[in-house]
Amino acid sequence: MSSYYGRPVLKEPVWQPEIPAYFFTGGLAGASSVLSLAARIGGNETLARRSLYLGALADLVSPALLISDLGRPERFLNMLRVFKVTSPMSVGSWILFVSGSATSTAALLEWAGRLKPVKYAAELVSSAVGAPLSVYTGTLVADTAIPVWHEARHELPFLFGASAAASAGAAAAIAVPVAEAAPARRLALGGALVENVIMLAMEKRLGFVGEPYREGEAGKYAKAAKACTLGGAALLATLGRKSRLAAAAGGGLVLAGEAALRWSVFKAGFQSARDPKYTVKPQRDRHR
Amino acid sequence: MLDSYGTEAQERVGFFTDTSVCIGCKACEVACKEWNLVPEDGLVWTGESYDNTSELGANTWRHVAFVEQNEPLHGDREVDALRWLMSSDVCKHCTHAACLDVCPTGSLFRTEFGTVVVQEDICNGCGYCVPACPFGVIDKRHLPRRDAPALPLITKQEDGRVWKCTLCYDRLKGGHEPACAKACPTESIQFGPLDDLRERADERLAKLQAEDWNGARLYGRDPDDGVGGFGAFFLLLDEPEVYGLPPDPVVTTRDLPGMYRSAAIAAGAVVLGVVAAFVGGSR
Repeated sequence: MSSYYGRPVLKEPVWQPEIPAYFFTGGLAGASSVLSLAARIGGNETLARRSLYLGALADLVSPALLISDLGRPERFLNMLRVFKVTSPMSVGSWILFVSGSATSTAALLEWAGRLKPVKYAAELVSSAVGAPLSVYTGTLVADTAIPVWHEARHELPFLFGASAAASAGAAAAIAVPVAEAAPARRLALGGALVENVIMLAMEKRLGFVGEPYREGEAGKYAKAAKACTLGGAALLATLGRKSRLAAAAGGGLVLAGEAALRWSVFKAGFQSARDPKYTVKPQRDRHR
Repeated sequence: MLDSYGTEAQERVGFFTDTSVCIGCKACEVACKEWNLVPEDGLVWTGESYDNTSELGANTWRHVAFVEQNEPLHGDREVDALRWLMSSDVCKHCTHAACLDVCPTGSLFRTEFGTVVVQEDICNGCGYCVPACPFGVIDKRHLPRRDAPALPLITKQEDGRVWKCTLCYDRLKGGHEPACAKACPTESIQFGPLDDLRERADERLAKLQAEDWNGARLYGRDPDDGVGGFGAFFLLLDEPEVYGLPPDPVVTTRDLPGMYRSAAIAAGAVVLGVVAAFVGGSR
């Protein structure tokens, strides 16, 4: 394959570590809102309340991370200047705006114990945008020219969604007494399992283009993610059912694993852009 | 494409860069920097033929590539030949522009001339356009900013916005041709209405092929390619990747409907997953 002095065809992303950190907090916020409402309906008030608080906290941190990453943070409001369906970042900014407003309103009213109908309405809105919030970042990175992201466009939202669900479950399993945290533990376990299956299937389907997920820094973090999520989930499913300490350790491991997963996918994009072979070869193959 | 401009819409213009007559003088690079006040961003010796510019970016809107090859220029008339390929690269001003599609602020827009331009007073430096461009053209400027920070507490000291070729939007508004085309001494860079340029390119290609030039081809002329044809297209003498260009670029947003479908199903799956976690008791 020829190249121009081995130089990349594409530009590497200019995003800073705030962005993968946001993938994690945004996912946690979105899935926690859904978990909170489900617990509310199921009659588990402790789980509902604490998941709501966790979601609100993650929803508060998320925009701060995003604004900090901007080249011109003082212009962050320009994100709400237009609504563009062709830009997953525009759609996502609006989702985050609605989610942040609704979740923090609901959490404040929950804490103050006032205006129940308004709180319920806010919770409904918060959980309605929660699921989109937890998956759209996968679509956001897929909607680029980076081969390892674009070619994974159908898997990434599922991968990020499963990771978000596992995060919400793990966080709640830490925050809620073991006697009331069974659904949270099941969610963490299920999310972690599904996520690892998706990752395997994705790498298998992508073949050559998917190499960056296994190599370099991305590969190291992917391995760490696998070990942490599966180990943490196993701990939650066994000792975590009896001991709060074991639940905290298991939940912490799962959360660390999910953060590592986002970092791995993020770095894979850089590695994919850096080597022109990932850009040129697939194009050359389909062009002949 | 330009319907929204009504009576202000102009004929779509662009560049035809005929690399067969490029002499590698870099007058286009200099003229572009001068006219557009593009800042200097480091002087280095790369050792890559005569190319010390290396790539397009926030501070380089024209880039002349130099390729040294052991290949004959014409057919196979010469043995042990050496040829020197030179090509002035630029933003392609795609018919379907990924940078414009993904820009969340509306800073990137389609002008009345059919070109793609960044509004620097709108751009907030989110960086989404950078990995979206299939050619690696647009990039973020990290040089110190010149204006006074508006909000000292959350403001950064670097420029932080994205920059690229504007096809000299200001010069077009004044009825002039872009600076690079004006400065090009061999008419390797030709400016004009896109339809005229395509005709001219077809004629030029036919002539080069009749003269048995080695590897002559048009790149980006076809309106049915993955980006709907380039507003700035090329006549190359080898495969695009030899010049650092993608052989079959596709606008990423072409696949967006399918991506949104997958995202919607994934969101549904998250809800189902959470509900499933409550099967067998909600405590």
